[in-house]
Amino acid sequence: MRPEPGGCCCRRTVRANGCVANGEVRNGYVRSSAAAAAAAAAAAGQIHHVTQNGGLYKRPFNEAFEETPMLVAVLTYVGYGVLTLFGYLRDFLRYWRIEKCHHATEREEQKDFVSLYQDFENFYTRNLYMRIRDNWNRPICSVPGARVDIMERQSHDYNWSFKYTGNIIKGVINMGSYNYLGFARNTGSCQEAAAKVLEEYGAGVCSTRQEIGNLDKHEELEELVARFLGVEAAMAYGMGFATNSMNIPALVGKGCLILSDELNHASLVLGARLSGATIRIFKHNNMQSLEKLLKDAIVYGQPRTRRPWKKILILVEGIYSMEGSIVRLPEVIALKKKYKAYLYLDEAHSIGALGPTGRGVVEYFGLDPEDVDVMMGTFTKSFGASGGYIGGKKELIDYLRTHSHSAVYATSLSPPVVEQIITSMKCIMGQDGTSLDATGQEFGQGTVGMTCLCSVVWDWPGRLKYLERLRWLVVGIVWRLLHSHVTWAGVTWSQAQLRLLTRAPSCMYLFRVA
Amino acid sequence: MATATEQWVLVEMVQALYEAPTYHLILEGILILWIIRLLFSKTYKLQERSDLTVKEKEELIEEWQPEPLVPPVPKDHPALNYNIVSGPPSHKIVVNGKECINFASFNFLGLLDNPRVKAAALASLKKYGVGTCGPRGFYGTFDVHLDLEDRLAKFMKTEEAIIYSYGFATIASAIPAYSKRGDIVFVDRAACFAIQKGLQASRSDIKLFKHNDMADLERLLKEQEIEDQKNPRKARVTRRFIVVEGLYMNTGTICPLPELVKLKYKYKARIFLEESLSFGVLGEHGRGVTEHYGIKIDDIDLISANMENALASIGGFCCGRSFVIDHQRLSGQGYCFSASLPPLLAAAAIEALNIMEENPGIFAVLKEKCRQIHKALQGISGLKVVGESLSPAFHLQLEESTGSREQDVRLLQEIVDQHSGCGHGGTNRGRTGESCVHHQGGSPGRPALGRVPGPWLPATQHAERTQDSRWPWRGLKESKNMCIFDRIVTKWCQYGPIV
Repeated sequence: MRPEPGGCCCRRTVRANGCVANGEVRNGYVRSSAAAAAAAAAAAGQIHHVTQNGGLYKRPFNEAFEETPMLVAVLTYVGYGVLTLFGYLRDFLRYWRIEKCHHATEREEQKDFVSLYQDFENFYTRNLYMRIRDNWNRPICSVPGARVDIMERQSHDYNWSFKYTGNIIKGVINMGSYNYLGFARNTGSCQEAAAKVLEEYGAGVCSTRQEIGNLDKHEELEELVARFLGVEAAMAYGMGFATNSMNIPALVGKGCLILSDELNHASLVLGARLSGATIRIFKHNNMQSLEKLLKDAIVYGQPRTRRPWKKILILVEGIYSMEGSIVRLPEVIALKKKYKAYLYLDEAHSIGALGPTGRGVVEYFGLDPEDVDVMMGTFTKSFGASGGYIGGKKELIDYLRTHSHSAVYATSLSPPVVEQIITSMKCIMGQDGTSLDATGQEFGQGTVGMTCLCSVVWDWPGRLKYLERLRWLVVGIVWRLLHSHVTWAGVTWSQAQLRLLTRAPSCMYLFRVA
Repeated sequence: MATATEQWVLVEMVQALYEAPTYHLILEGILILWIIRLLFSKTYKLQERSDLTVKEKEELIEEWQPEPLVPPVPKDHPALNYNIVSGPPSHKIVVNGKECINFASFNFLGLLDNPRVKAAALASLKKYGVGTCGPRGFYGTFDVHLDLEDRLAKFMKTEEAIIYSYGFATIASAIPAYSKRGDIVFVDRAACFAIQKGLQASRSDIKLFKHNDMADLERLLKEQEIEDQKNPRKARVTRRFIVVEGLYMNTGTICPLPELVKLKYKYKARIFLEESLSFGVLGEHGRGVTEHYGIKIDDIDLISANMENALASIGGFCCGRSFVIDHQRLSGQGYCFSASLPPLLAAAAIEALNIMEENPGIFAVLKEKCRQIHKALQGISGLKVVGESLSPAFHLQLEESTGSREQDVRLLQEIVDQHSGCGHGGTNRGRTGESCVHHQGGSPGRPALGRVPGPWLPATQHAERTQDSRWPWRGLKESKNMCIFDRIVTKWCQYGPIV
């Protein structure tokens, strides 16, 4: 399944490759990194995709996702139907006290209040989710490294309640954490630096950035992040989710248009909704859909009033956690330049994981970071800490310093966490004195998150065979099956539930394999 | 017989056809043809729609100019340059190179630099590292998290607790998990920003009542009751919530919880209590405003607090009955879609809880110090103290305004700078241009409903103030800066109420 250069990678149906035949791109060829140039030179003679991808990226870019077979889809629906029937039966039995009622109920004094949950919402939790609840929320009690210790738990009443036996299952292969580069560890330079800072500064901050929560450590971190990304300035926040949900409203408001990918993360969706701007969704990674929306937006303006839009913001992610697909960044940038829109790139998963030196999806494609207006990312995944950042031009960061809700109302990052980020970032940049080999070693010890299999596979040939097999088995069947075709009784699953559903069986499978 | 009749009718018709006059036949033929044409022709459009040609579209695309992504920020914007704190933000703090006494951070119990807390966090760091690298659902749940949830539930005497990795996200995720479009939420006007964001995300109907005014709330509830009687079917599925804070961040006052509970049972609305400031402060054992008033904890449906104030950690938690809290494990956005709290911060919070449980006397000390400072600040002319006497966070408001918000802000900033000159750190909350009241649709910088609350200086108290720093304001009174106030007092016009 490895993509042969210049050819289609597999015989299965390929999703619509929304390549933009963009003859009038003005920016021409942007500088590509040495690695990409070398790879291009090596594959010379087999490149067929020069004019596609907006002329910005010369290597073939093929992503294929297996379509769900019809039989499997039908059987899924049948399965859900059967489960619903049983659910109704069990509810009936519980109502007539034939079966014991395990779930928590409303207080006696408040029985005449309007019920807190909708009937249907609770139905799903009671009758379907409960059956397979032990796949999720499994507690661990060690570093989330390559191997992890899981606390054993048992349920004697069909997952209604769990008891911890006290046993710890040691040395389980961890394929479920986002510890891509292996920086989440309890030994080593990162941990020692964090310990020192903890001794000196304490664990908390107890203030917001604009008051007196702005420690010198934060300034150091922001300067380092800006250098790491190759942008003018950067700003760090305490939570990745909050970064999106509180900064998008600061950038766009009423009268602006947001073009958001179909499979964007909940934080981006929430931020877009809170901003008050109009939201339009384009099909996942489909550039034709995006271009059509852009054209229509500019030509026809705002709905009903026909006034021109104030701003258009495109929200995309570097690697989509739901699909594991990489955004078609060269084409998005070409479109953005043609139609004068702004680009907000959420690199939660791709920062540190993609690109020859871990600078993210921009470096992976060999593009200029200045082309992306807002580069957002999180420190949770590759850096083994917590928090988020936004990088971009100095005017943007100055504006966010004064107007971001997070800077005004929310606490700043905790000092040991900041130190962990600084140390790990310096390690990736090679500034801590270790050689590239050492960082390579460090990379090798990390776990590979399920979501990144598709993309990381291309970069790490050594892991290909095993991971490919897994991907086909787990991601292809379970993921696509449940994600794209499940609408049940006219109700589409909420993204949260789908994601949980799709992730869990794969993790269980791997856990049992391990 | 029937067939004969039919045949006879047919014969009659054919005969009639032969005998009819020609013009009649022609007319009928034309009519039939016309009908067939009408049936098969396209509908007639009154106005021809002219779609834009490709060339025109391209011209439009060329012509369109967006606004710049961000408007330019003036170089002297007061919020642009943050104060840089070197070293730990504890009792004595070094701000911009100057050493000050810290009156501005929310470290109420002084646990930020407590050696036991630091040791516990260090032990956790050595065992787990820093990050958790996963959300709670996928191997991001550590035994420390379960421990902390258990301890918090036991401390607050509720059935269950759930922790979030960020204080702001706690109430902002909890409210939309329960209150959806079509539900009604009664909120205090002085609710903090996190609550406002939660309400905005929930898309429910928001009804604001005057700050701490139970009569106003009752009026709104009564109006709603009348509405319900008009449409009982809708009323049966519309949930009602009352969202209040234990100790208001924006005014430093305590909510009248006993009356609220009475209203709750009378009008069948659920109470969500936000206790960020009052957790670890009010009550004999620091359990918050429910202990302060002696109310049964089960009467409150949901208590939400953040651990960034008294507990000197990061993160937040919600506690209540399992029936209520368990729902957030699947529908709390900040819980499901975000990485979990780093274990070292959870361990720090557990140790802080231990300390709180072992020394319940610490809360009485804090209250006493709050009272002292409150009393000491009463005498300054030109500034009035807004907040309860036992609140550790209160505001100093200009008694009379200059008339313009910018000037007020600048004056307060001057006061703050003079403070730090004398060695006392405070912060100017007004300088960011935020307003404390945003009804749905408002935002920082834009006052809501035409009411602009005054800029103010929040000052916070720490339980561990030493004796000699008891009278920090004396320096201010005696300095020549007091003449600023005297001069300006005569020029100020009466300032309206805060909310």
